[in-house]
Amino acid sequence: MKWRKLIKVAFQSILKNRMRSLLTTLGMIIGVASVISLLALGKGSQDDIRKQVASLGTNMIIIHPGSSFSGGVRGGSGSQATLTLDDVDSLKNEPELIRYVSPDIRLSEQVIAGKTNWSTQVNGVSVDYLKIRNYTLSAGSFFTARDVKAKSKVAVLGKTVSDELFPGQDPVGTRIRVRNVPFTVIGTLSGKGQSSMGMDQDDIVLIPESTALYRLSDGKTIRAVVLSAVSEEKMNDAQARATEILRRNHKLKDDDEDDFHISNQTEIISMAGKVTGTLTALLSAIAGVSLLVGGIGIMNIMLVSVTERTREIGIRMAIGARGADILIQFLIEAVILSLIGGIIGILAGLGIAYGIGSAMGASVLVDPSIIVLAVAFTAAVGVFFGFYPARKAAGLNPIDALRYE
Amino acid sequence: METIRLTSIYKTFDLGGETVKALDGVSLDISPGEFLAVMGASGSGKSTLMNIMGCLDQASRGEYYLEGIRVDTMNRNQLADIRNRKIGFVFQGFNLLPRTSALENVELPLLYSRTGSRKKSRDRAVAALEMVGLAHRLDHHPNQLSGGQQQRVAIARALVNDPAIILADEPTGNLDSRTTVDVLSVFQALNDKGITLILVTHEPDVALYARRIVTMKDGKIQSDRNVENRTLAGSLGADSGPWEV
Ligand SMILES: Nc1ncnc2c1ncn2[C@@H]1O[C@H](COP(=O)(O)OP(=O)(O)OP(=O)(O)O)[C@@H](O)[C@H]1O
Ligand SMILES: [Mg+2]
Repeated sequence: MKWRKLIKVAFQSILKNRMRSLLTTLGMIIGVASVISLLALGKGSQDDIRKQVASLGTNMIIIHPGSSFSGGVRGGSGSQATLTLDDVDSLKNEPELIRYVSPDIRLSEQVIAGKTNWSTQVNGVSVDYLKIRNYTLSAGSFFTARDVKAKSKVAVLGKTVSDELFPGQDPVGTRIRVRNVPFTVIGTLSGKGQSSMGMDQDDIVLIPESTALYRLSDGKTIRAVVLSAVSEEKMNDAQARATEILRRNHKLKDDDEDDFHISNQTEIISMAGKVTGTLTALLSAIAGVSLLVGGIGIMNIMLVSVTERTREIGIRMAIGARGADILIQFLIEAVILSLIGGIIGILAGLGIAYGIGSAMGASVLVDPSIIVLAVAFTAAVGVFFGFYPARKAAGLNPIDALRYE
Repeated sequence: METIRLTSIYKTFDLGGETVKALDGVSLDISPGEFLAVMGASGSGKSTLMNIMGCLDQASRGEYYLEGIRVDTMNRNQLADIRNRKIGFVFQGFNLLPRTSALENVELPLLYSRTGSRKKSRDRAVAALEMVGLAHRLDHHPNQLSGGQQQRVAIARALVNDPAIILADEPTGNLDSRTTVDVLSVFQALNDKGITLILVTHEPDVALYARRIVTMKDGKIQSDRNVENRTLAGSLGADSGPWEV
């Protein structure tokens, strides 16, 4: 029998029982729709998180002075000035794990430009800071190694600062003052928006580390060191190596606790990712169960259909249909039924995902391979759950089938 | 070569310990071009015999040759192919597929045909429907046709694949006297064209349209005679005929 004919016959019998067919596929529709919408929303939020990681800085590791909170009465993070420029230099000597290193000398300062002023955070950093934190310049240039060496009084303004002090103007070339020290603005940063902690990452002024240390600070206190690993895979190795170096530099004994706190943002983010991942997996499992139920529904209806159409099967056999012809006819019917359910489910799932996405401001990401997978999966469900009823139909005796009342 | 040769066919049914001898040693030869009526009391084994000849059922014992080929030893698939190629079956209850047009019903055997081209299946189905005088009812569904018309669609379906033999088990059982004559005239016309026919009936009047009558009793052939004064139903036109309602 020709495939085209077989498919036509299958469609005819599906269309002859429209209502029942629809109810049959309902389980399938719900199952597929929930899988598709959950995956689209889950992927969307994972993608959001990934973007946030990227905005924080690629492969960034942060070191703060002071022990962790585990010691109880011991001072909190940053309470002891344990990080030194020597530490920074040692960390720079590990090119196979650590690509960029920058001290981060954070000072809360009042920045004055003409008659306006703005309280912000002035960060003394190295020339590599932009690459570590994924900042980009919107105008002008960044300072160079020579500026660091010469303790040059140059500054690069974050977008918020430049908007506040120089609304609608290009600040490059103008002068600002920080604690009466005059700085020349040599560049501005592109906006990055809020960090995942809700902090404005653009409310910042970058100046050379040496300038900050010797012209605005005490010449030794380093509030943080930021560095970036050579790759995401090397993240943990880089963190372990940095810990090792700092412990050696600080002459800590084996059973001493770290006198610094090392962390990487991606840990937090990947944790968040894991949570959404687990959630997605859990919901997908539920969706999978409903798919299973949908499949069983199809099997059930196909069994009813085989019984109802026993006479039809008998007629077909009487005029020469082989068992295989009957088997294929019912299998195709089951597959088409579940494919119809699957396709309606995919469309409904996308609708739900985009609906929830726009209602709740969540991102929606549809992986085309998921759609392909869903179609393949529903077809497989049709074959799997259609096989038993189809085989039952094919195994009927012509005369018994014809006599069936 | 005989179209059908049955030698010592037995068929027993098991009904929970009790066995029913539906056929008790039937031997029968049917030549090409015959028009045979099978008569007998209810339960005498007529339908059982037809089902075995139609390869819908298998004998418990005995040999069955169809056009010289032994079929009683064949497997399910071979029997399906025999039914498709060599046998046309007409049932008392028409057995048309519901909600399916007359044309599609008649095309059905060609759909399952494994030999020859399936290309002209529509043309052949139309030709078969023309032969039974239903060329103008191609798109009608069974529920839009009278009993006689439905049975003629069933006959068209039986003959569309050029079978060696057409078997009809009480084809007029559900029809009134007028449409009975319609159907019988179709049979006679087909037989005049050389098609071998076997017809089961209760009614002596109907049997008289055949050329030969076999009477059964208790699973055995009781008598076998030729019809002397055959009833003729009239001539068969192409598109309209005496059966046209
Ligand atoms: N599937 C079956 N199971 C059990 N017994 C059967 C079966 N088919 C037929 N029989 C028995 O075999 C015998 C012959 O039945 P069959 O149907 O051939 O009779 P028939 O001559 O066609 O009768 P009728 O004129 O009423 O149609 C009967 O006694 C019947 O009860
Ligand atoms: Mg009978």
